[in-house]
Amino acid sequence: MSVLKKIMTAVRGGAREVGELIVDANGTRIFEQEIQDAETHLRKAKQDLTDVMAKQMQAGRKVESLKKEIGEHEGYTVQALEKGNEELALEIAEKIAQLETDLLEQEEVHKSFSGHVVRLKDLVKKTERQLKEYQRQLSMVKTTESVQKASAAITDNFASSNSKIISAKDSLERIKERQQNTFDRLAAAEQLEAENSDKGLDEKMKAAGIGGGDDKSANAVLDRLRARQA
Amino acid sequence: MNIEDLAMRISDLSSFDGYHLDCQPIPGEVEVLQITVGDFDELPTYVSVTDTQILCITYLFTEDEVKTERRTEMLEEMLELNIPIPLSSFSKIDERYVIFGALSNNSGIEDVCHEIITLTENAAESISALEDFLS
Repeated sequence: MSVLKKIMTAVRGGAREVGELIVDANGTRIFEQEIQDAETHLRKAKQDLTDVMAKQMQAGRKVESLKKEIGEHEGYTVQALEKGNEELALEIAEKIAQLETDLLEQEEVHKSFSGHVVRLKDLVKKTERQLKEYQRQLSMVKTTESVQKASAAITDNFASSNSKIISAKDSLERIKERQQNTFDRLAAAEQLEAENSDKGLDEKMKAAGIGGGDDKSANAVLDRLRARQA
Repeated sequence: MNIEDLAMRISDLSSFDGYHLDCQPIPGEVEVLQITVGDFDELPTYVSVTDTQILCITYLFTEDEVKTERRTEMLEEMLELNIPIPLSSFSKIDERYVIFGALSNNSGIEDVCHEIITLTENAAESISALEDFLS
């Protein structure tokens, strides 16, 4: 059964402890144990992989050196034949035959190590995927558990603080009222400030003989109009 | 980031985005922080930290408040609103409908504050939108 489905069943069933989901009959935390096992597997597989890869490289080097040696000895055989030393040529040829047997063996070993490497790499990938999957599932269960516990703490706090639980509609009404109050206060303060600063400026201008009344500005308009007529 | 860290950093901020954040730890098996934003006293956000995420939850209303005959309609409405509501989703814990947001454990304090403020505003907005379904 998927973890989400288990969580759903537990929550619907009113289980207070979803944590029980991850505990088996022996009281061990299944997921955590599984994750630990997967991690151990992964470490082991990676270690094996490096060992096998090292051996694969060694076998590869041996194959190369054997091939080189065979080539060299083939040259020696030709040289011996050229010098008419049939006996020596035969001896070298025997050595070549031996080397070729070794080469076949080493190639076999190299092939088997290469196969091993492929299998181990697959295993590492598979284990890594599984580990991620376990961790994802564990995180779901732990989050559900945490939310349940947090919710219990919040409910307890409500009860102990004796705060009256009011309906959502009333809450909203109160918030709106408070916001309107704040807004009104701000608006009033702004208006007051504007009035104060205007008044202050007018007084200052009057004292300095600047601006000063409608009379003067009416005269100024007349003057301007007269000037335009002329 | 753990709860103590979060509480300290939020208390250090006198205001964020023009809102005053008030923060108060709640005792219990899991550490929870109650945070109220500005004038939204009645809609506190509860913050808890798990291994992988920071969870912010605001309670909206209880099952009792929902008009029984319009319950299904409301649930559908809430499902449909889940995507358009920025950063928050609806959920239900026991008998209470909630709105919540989750953040990565590596989020900065600004992200957390932004989330809490958005969540609170969304909570008020949602109650307002769903008012017809509530008694």
